Amino acid sequence: MNFLQNFLILSLIKAAVIAFVLLTTLAYLQWIERKVIGHIQLRIGPYRVGPHGLLQPLADVVKLITKEGVMPSHVNKFFYLLAPFIAVVLALISISVIPFGPQITIGPVTTWMQLTDLNIGILFVLAISSVGVYGVALGGWASNNKYSLLGGLRSSAQMISYELPLALAIAAPLLLANTLSFREMVNYQDGYWLGFIPRWNVFPEILGFCIFVIAGFAETNRVPFDLPEAENELVAGFHTEYSSMSFAAFFMAEYANMITVTAVATLLFLGGWQPPFPAPYSDFVPILIFALGGLIALFHGLHPARRMDKYTLPATGLVFLGIAALFGVSFLVPVLKTILMALFWFCGKLGVLLFLFIWVRGTLPRFRYDQLMRFAWIVLFPLAMFNLLVTGLVVALTSK
Amino acid sequence: MNPLIFLIFAAVAVLCGISLVAQTHPIASALSLIGVMGSLAVLYLQLGGEFIAMAQMIVYAGAIMVLFIFVIMLLNAGAESASRQIPLFTRYLGMLLLAAFLGLISFIIQAMLPKTEGVVFGAFQGGTALAIGRKLFTEYLLPFEVTSVLILIAILGAIVLARREV
Repeated sequence: MNFLQNFLILSLIKAAVIAFVLLTTLAYLQWIERKVIGHIQLRIGPYRVGPHGLLQPLADVVKLITKEGVMPSHVNKFFYLLAPFIAVVLALISISVIPFGPQITIGPVTTWMQLTDLNIGILFVLAISSVGVYGVALGGWASNNKYSLLGGLRSSAQMISYELPLALAIAAPLLLANTLSFREMVNYQDGYWLGFIPRWNVFPEILGFCIFVIAGFAETNRVPFDLPEAENELVAGFHTEYSSMSFAAFFMAEYANMITVTAVATLLFLGGWQPPFPAPYSDFVPILIFALGGLIALFHGLHPARRMDKYTLPATGLVFLGIAALFGVSFLVPVLKTILMALFWFCGKLGVLLFLFIWVRGTLPRFRYDQLMRFAWIVLFPLAMFNLLVTGLVVALTSK
Repeated sequence: MNPLIFLIFAAVAVLCGISLVAQTHPIASALSLIGVMGSLAVLYLQLGGEFIAMAQMIVYAGAIMVLFIFVIMLLNAGAESASRQIPLFTRYLGMLLLAAFLGLISFIIQAMLPKTEGVVFGAFQGGTALAIGRKLFTEYLLPFEVTSVLILIAILGAIVLARREV
């Protein structure tokens, strides 16, 4: 019973921390996206609410909550309300099997930086994403609007088609590592070839990684595959008739799916929380980066280009230097160091991939629907199949 | 813990099954079927068939039911109206008789079963992906390959049928 109690309490704490961090990240991811897109298009992005628009996500949340939830008279009420619920629940649930770091021991408690480790974790994520189609399809259908229906159908067809190359691309690193658990997967990628090249799956599986990322764009309905929301043909696609919180739910689901896809890519191909250099050197990287960032911000704060910079940049610099100091202090506390290092590298890789998603959105135009389908079935699917066959052959020849 | 989870999801599965038959709208029925499949997956997971549980979710709840829902949406099938009115007295009497009939059947089945130990949760270890893969490619290789040929024929048939319409 004591074990069960400990387990429950520990899981509750971990679930609370992960849920809080995830939801905050979701809100701020949207701010980052608007900022990055803004700068790509030579605008400054959100700037009015708080310094550099930092409070914009809060303002958006308040706006979405206080807005009137319009329920169109012609919708199928039950399914209309059920659809965003399904979408957001299934999008958020995948995070429960994602590991963020290695095993840690705080006082008497030893635990993993992960909510739960299923030894079929990767299949679980696939299963959840394959059921996730229903939120979009139902939303489009229940709205009883031809644009919504077309958007929903397109989106479901797209998600089903791209799930095949996605799953085949995932299967190749699984063959290499011979496991279905994320934790084992990361452990397999521990170590270095020739002492300095990390043993990440991305090097032998570069084709698989590219296929995974492309199919991931399509799975999350992002540009250049955002056909379901093509404004010039379908108004807003499957969420045309949604407003207020039910719209926010679809929005959140999209960003949560993005985080899931990037997290899976990080774990399967980029070595999870393993640093890209051997341990003693890689430990100094975060300190260097944050200290350098802080010093640059301080320097520009002392020579301000704009009036506001006199206050905002030194504050940013101090925060950065504080983080650098925290990493420095962590050298004295082994537990803290393990946690911080794992989080730094995991979040760093996640951040690079998320930036890629945003970058592509700011760069590429949209595919036409028939091009999108042809690309999935004629290019991506055979490539993924080929990749899997070659990997299988190599594994069969090299294993004892 | 385990019996509690079993009871919850068994109840959900049965309720979804009843709702599947009782609903008048085809989409509601299809969603109920997904509910049945999801709760069955949880039951498989509890019995140690983790791979089967996930395959159930991916193949049945994910792929096959999406096709069902697609067809229903594209045909825009509306709610069915009951074809004929059943008198209230008959309806209640029918429910009572059905409950008695099911109770009788479950009693007979329970009496006929051999008196052995019931299912122990966590006792079965052969449900991992590793164990199933090994069985499939050694003991059951022939059925596995025959099935794959069958599926190939089905795919070819689908392509031929789709071509003819273009």
